[in-house]
Amino acid sequence: MMDKYTKLQIVGIYAAILVFLTFILLPFFEMFMASLRPLEHLFRSPYQFWSDDFSFQAYSDMWVTVPLLGRYIFNSIFIAFSVTGLTMIFVIPAAYAYARLDFPFKNASLAIFLGVNMFTGAVLLIPLYRVLRTLGFLNTYWAMIVPGVAFLIPTGIWLLRSYLEKIPRELEEAAFVDGASRMYTLRRIVLPLATPGLIVVGTAVFIGAYAQQFLFAITFNQTRELQPLPAGLYEFIGYQSVTWNEMMAAALVGVLPVMVIFLFLQKYLVAGLTAGAVKE
Amino acid sequence: MTERIAGGHIIVTDTAQPTGRSRDVSRRKVLPESLFAWLLVGPAMLFIAIIVAWPLAETIRLSFMEAGLGGEEYIGLANYEELFVSRKFHQTIARTFYWMFLSVSLKLILGLIGATLLNAAVPGRGLFRVLIMPPWVVPIAIGCIGWLWLYNGYFGILSGTAQAVGLTDGPFEFLAYKQSAFYSAIVTDVWVGVPMVTLFFLAAMQGVSRDLYEAAWVDGAGRWYRFRRITIPQIMPVIVSMSLLSAIFTFNSFEIIWILTEGGPRSATTTLIVDTYKTAIGNYKFGEGSARAVIIVLLLGAFSLAYLFLLNKVNKKYGVK
Repeated sequence: MMDKYTKLQIVGIYAAILVFLTFILLPFFEMFMASLRPLEHLFRSPYQFWSDDFSFQAYSDMWVTVPLLGRYIFNSIFIAFSVTGLTMIFVIPAAYAYARLDFPFKNASLAIFLGVNMFTGAVLLIPLYRVLRTLGFLNTYWAMIVPGVAFLIPTGIWLLRSYLEKIPRELEEAAFVDGASRMYTLRRIVLPLATPGLIVVGTAVFIGAYAQQFLFAITFNQTRELQPLPAGLYEFIGYQSVTWNEMMAAALVGVLPVMVIFLFLQKYLVAGLTAGAVKE
Repeated sequence: MTERIAGGHIIVTDTAQPTGRSRDVSRRKVLPESLFAWLLVGPAMLFIAIIVAWPLAETIRLSFMEAGLGGEEYIGLANYEELFVSRKFHQTIARTFYWMFLSVSLKLILGLIGATLLNAAVPGRGLFRVLIMPPWVVPIAIGCIGWLWLYNGYFGILSGTAQAVGLTDGPFEFLAYKQSAFYSAIVTDVWVGVPMVTLFFLAAMQGVSRDLYEAAWVDGAGRWYRFRRITIPQIMPVIVSMSLLSAIFTFNSFEIIWILTEGGPRSATTTLIVDTYKTAIGNYKFGEGSARAVIIVLLLGAFSLAYLFLLNKVNKKYGVK
């Protein structure tokens, strides 16, 4: 049939996939290998691919070298969850309005939201610093949460809107005609129907929030106890030496919780994220 | 509005309850649609206004100032004039566009190849689809630590392999030379961006109707022909919109360059965004930094408009609404 491959083609496909995955996974493999090597071994020259003294020592030592490591991992996840929650509070009503309602300046205001996508925080750091200072947010969790929310709202609205547009209107209209208020319709009819879409958008926002903490953390926060993992990792670069092996171990262990969450959600995520991109 | 209520009315009467509810609706006090809509959109708008729009206005204002830690003084267009005659700045702009062009092209090409591979009907593709995603899920700053290690001349596997096969005599520091640092940063940027592009292309490919392929297959069209004449045209709108998205991401790509090279060696990896950050945050020249930020906004704005125009044309050509 059409999809049948010859043996040679199958070998070729797997070989190409292997090359592709090697490129994608090489840095993680390298981090893992580095985490296994004792520190004094890391700098041995010439380069050795394998050695006998691999150990998991770094995975226990790292908690001693950087005592706040657990806190950093927690901070990362806490900030990402807070950003996600707050973003969704702003995104859900707005996305509903853009998907269903007709109002003045609808297209113009949507264009403004999408325009925000063009910026990154890096362009606006100085005035943003002043705004956060005025609000009293510097060196608090808010300093990392608030800018994160602002830059994720547009993406969230865009994704959720295209999801909501796919939900049939009839139920809402029936409820409305039966005398339900607009708010009731949104809360009791639309949101339950949109749950799969909310999971997708929430996960996408979470990944964004988790990935982009570094810049805001190093610029707006000086409180050590509040740093997220990507910023906290740099504490392994000490005055005397850099404990690279522990840094790698900490990075891998640190992203583990989120990787696990992601594994559970990836099926929905992939299907839902791409639904907006593919027009039927 | 009236249409919709009328539509609802049909449903109500269909349920055999002709109790005149539609008249109730018109008499009931309902929030006007536009007011309700703005109540829903308002909070998000206000948030963006405070955290993005106001700082943006501040940036524009500061770009006309000589501003630093000391204070501010109005100097008109001097910051811009300085940039327009600066050869270094011209080089930075050229480098930024080269960076964007090269990185986006690679992301699109690799994304197409990757999506085609993962779309092939071979066992295990579900697993492969999960395995390509970590660069996207893991924080960029953490992925870059892995790349820092890979590019290291003494303990990185790349230099180690190059030595083992005799490509170089001694350790090769990828990030120490102008050329190699630039292309190394591109590779890392592509690495971060490829999973998302692959994923969207893959989904688009799966959305292409099988009938098209089967019809072509019956006519004796080979795989390559089907790819060129069916797959590519069918997913063209997604290719165009992904290239706009990745172009914006790549243009703005800051963390990767900052962590790998901080814009060096000798400015070899200084793109516009890195230059802006270095000027404003590194050297406390807020006015000059803001002028650069404004130029970024203008360039990206013009670029996006051109792209949206193109997207519109492509969508029309391929019959997408």
